[in-house]
Amino acid sequence: MRVGVITFPGSLDDRDAQRAVKLGGGEPVALWHGDHDLKNVDAIVLPGGFSYGDYLRAGAIAAHSPIMSEVITAANAGMPVLGICNGFQILVESHLLPGGLVRNDHGDFVCRDQKLRVENVDTAWSNGFKEDEEIIIPLKNGEGGYIADQETLDRLEGEGQVVFRYLEVNPNGSANDIAGISNARGNVVGLMPHPEHATEPGFGPDTRAAMRSGTDGLTFFTSAISSLMANA
Amino acid sequence: MSTPASTIFWEKPLVTDVSTNSRQHVADTVSNAMATPEKEQPYGALGLKPDEYAKIREILGRRPTSGELAMYSVMWSEHCSYKSSKNYLRQFGKKVSENMTKNLMVGMGENAGVIDVGEGWAVTFKIESHNHPSYIEPFQGAATGVGGIVRDIISMGARPVAVMDALRFGAIDNPDTARVAKGVVSGISFYGNCLGLPNIGGETYFDSVYQANPLVNALAVGVLRHEDLHLANARGVGNKVVLFGARTGGDGIGGASILASDSFSEGGPTKRPAVQVGDPFAEKVLIECCLELFQGDLVEGIQDLGAAGISCATSELASNGDGGMFIELEKVLLRDPTLTAEEILMSESQERMMAIVKPEKLEGFLKVVEKWDVETSVLGEVTDTGRLIINWHDEEIVNVEPRTVAIDGPVYDRPVAYPKWIDKLQADSASGLARPKDGTELRDQMLQLLASPNLADKSWITDQYDRYVLGNTALSFPDDAGMVRIDEESGLGFSVATDANGRFCQLDPYAGAQLALAEAFRNVAATGANPVAVSDCLNFGSPENPEVMWQFSKAVEGLADACLEMEIPVTGGNVSFYNQTGDVPIHPTPVVAVLGLIRDVAERIPSGWQDEGNNIYLLGTTALELDGSAWAGTIHDHLGGLPPKVDLAAERRLADLIKAGNEQNIIASAHDLADGGLAQTLAESVMRFGVGARVWLGELLERDDIDAATALFSESTGRMVVSIPREDDVKFRGLCEGRGYPAVRIGVTDAASPALEIQDQFTLTLEELLTAHRGTLAEAFGA
Repeated sequence: MRVGVITFPGSLDDRDAQRAVKLGGGEPVALWHGDHDLKNVDAIVLPGGFSYGDYLRAGAIAAHSPIMSEVITAANAGMPVLGICNGFQILVESHLLPGGLVRNDHGDFVCRDQKLRVENVDTAWSNGFKEDEEIIIPLKNGEGGYIADQETLDRLEGEGQVVFRYLEVNPNGSANDIAGISNARGNVVGLMPHPEHATEPGFGPDTRAAMRSGTDGLTFFTSAISSLMANA
Repeated sequence: MSTPASTIFWEKPLVTDVSTNSRQHVADTVSNAMATPEKEQPYGALGLKPDEYAKIREILGRRPTSGELAMYSVMWSEHCSYKSSKNYLRQFGKKVSENMTKNLMVGMGENAGVIDVGEGWAVTFKIESHNHPSYIEPFQGAATGVGGIVRDIISMGARPVAVMDALRFGAIDNPDTARVAKGVVSGISFYGNCLGLPNIGGETYFDSVYQANPLVNALAVGVLRHEDLHLANARGVGNKVVLFGARTGGDGIGGASILASDSFSEGGPTKRPAVQVGDPFAEKVLIECCLELFQGDLVEGIQDLGAAGISCATSELASNGDGGMFIELEKVLLRDPTLTAEEILMSESQERMMAIVKPEKLEGFLKVVEKWDVETSVLGEVTDTGRLIINWHDEEIVNVEPRTVAIDGPVYDRPVAYPKWIDKLQADSASGLARPKDGTELRDQMLQLLASPNLADKSWITDQYDRYVLGNTALSFPDDAGMVRIDEESGLGFSVATDANGRFCQLDPYAGAQLALAEAFRNVAATGANPVAVSDCLNFGSPENPEVMWQFSKAVEGLADACLEMEIPVTGGNVSFYNQTGDVPIHPTPVVAVLGLIRDVAERIPSGWQDEGNNIYLLGTTALELDGSAWAGTIHDHLGGLPPKVDLAAERRLADLIKAGNEQNIIASAHDLADGGLAQTLAESVMRFGVGARVWLGELLERDDIDAATALFSESTGRMVVSIPREDDVKFRGLCEGRGYPAVRIGVTDAASPALEIQDQFTLTLEELLTAHRGTLAEAFGA
């Protein structure tokens, strides 16, 4: 399965997302923000970083780059799309996902190993998890506070579109401890924490078993890749 | 000198309205300089001494133009010319053995040293100061410190892969410290995170000697394939000189000469106009753009623009190449069109690079920079005239031999004097201070030390840095050293640590510098890596103070001697003088960064305990060495005596022992002993993964003939705590005996009970340890 990873000017975790796709059994395909070509990919990852230096608002400028019009069309046609951190911000700015992301309530950038609960296992990117499974993946952001109006929050909660919720610590002041959400169809998922940084033993978060051995993020990628393969 | 250069110097003779376009500004030309030999020039305000100005006139055979004066003043500043330190730094090049240079691809003098690490890979790394800007404007000062060192790494043809910082702030309870520390940390966080470089370690100390002189030393590491190595030289007559990256603005003008080479005088005007402003997004794009240029073989030579901006880049590139260069300065793209020619020459605007490009490759070059939306202008070309000639709207404003600007600057043998106060200081040993007598007192003092600002948990700082990006971080804080994978196939990696104990250096700068090297070396060895190279950042007071010069001379001598004995070369670094306010210099602070290699990062050694029932050994011997220790400072507010004994041969044997044990895969954890002694190391080993231990001191006290307080708090060198699986115990004992390295079993790990029990003395639960350790910085600087 071909999984595209888009590089915007200022993308930082693009090569990490490519590595994670590979570890998940897919074929990573580099996509360029200035193109209109999705190169026949089966799924798309918008990686973390500071596209366009977060100028204006995080993700605001990238949302208007040429490739995003193709991403929006593909997403509306049902292609799995995952937005990580800055990618989540871009999905929100593109209106593929509702709500917005604002400066962390404490004002500082924060990097930590974050515990999450998976609350919806029916999306393209979470179907490999068990219901209410607790996972730990790294989180690193300065503008990760999820906000939405009450009506939207109620809808997200009511329809099961809250896919990941922060446990123990809400690291950025997100409404309802929301870490990640999906669209109604479940093919588009965005979250602030970084699953691609918990995919390779030795380079992920610490676990009880061993230092840096956490690979809870791998299931994001295997979820999408194996269901694509099953439907192929 | 007290007024920023930009406000007093640049006369604009024919300009009546300062807001008009720079085209109307007429610069001082060479012919004008010849016609008006007696014109008074403000060389003093630019940091030049009368004899230096006279020397410039002698070199040129006329008075310099104002543009030439700008160039000489910045390039002959202490910061750029190393005029006070050059005579001493030569030792690093002289005190070398064949073993030390065999893997060195590029040594001192280039932007950064380069080491051959095998498998066709090379690593480049360097540490550099950005102290003075970080006091005036902590956020921007620290941010651009990161930006500058990263551009040095790119200039070598390498991809930057990691950063770290060595920081020194004033006393934690001084109201100004929060301003500086918060600004510096958020500046590093802002810039480094936005560049996508993992911050993998470093150190932070608080001491009132740094109150008005914080130290911000930024380190960057890059990796490259051998064939991608680039150097800063302008070769090939007719090759184009291209400036690309951010536009040139009025920021940082005179930064090099005015800021870095002058002490702050209390009550003087602030110097904020001379601090640079950074844009990490522009730098991130510049990194990717440069790497694509290197990959396409589109660049012959390259130099970053840092201190002294275009003055430095043009004169250094020309000096290191064919010797001549012609530049049309009006082609520089400006952010502020009112800048004068002199200001353009001096501007330290960030995120700029200068490349030498073959004419036939210019089209390909421009295609790449366009892809990355990087602005570019061709300024001129390489010539064989032996002169650096700079025109401004067809009039010659600079005509110099580039070496006289960049290389053959003044060199001083500054007066050196043995400090009058040092004998008295050294006689005041901490050995006579009251030591804790029983378990209750020991426990209480151990908690005080754990919570003291210098030993407290630094996650308030490090949680603001991205340690995951790039996906190759194998170790970072709070481990002994950072470690990064270089090659995803083989697992080849490097490890890096920085250290300097300013208190030890104050007591004895020769030993103190050696102790800094020994500790960084030990930190790297504790991760399982093999130390191979050194970069240093030498932070001192004013070189015009003979006692400071004595400290500097002793520290350099100590470090050079130690590097020779440990067979590990200094590959580059930086000197920062004038770190003082009024007459009070900082403690000498030679920050030493050691780079090590490991054949596969999967073989790294954790710093904390993870398993049940492992035997805990203390390697090395412990003597009554509390002078200059964290214990003396924290408990008794005392600094005096002589620092711990240096035994470099023992450090090497210890490193070899760890390496041998790791090759047999019998070392479950290793953690070095330094500030705070055994107590601190034991506590950190528990807190790392929440696995406790039962520790007994009896055999240690008897063998080394010391009391429990000395055992716990002494800072004797050449020591580590290791944990060994039971089944490997015999093998490990054999290894130590075979190598004659002292080892004493002091305990056993206990996963079931998360506590540190020092038998017959006291017990501290994990909870108690964490509470003491974690509160200090968050309380001082806010959550």
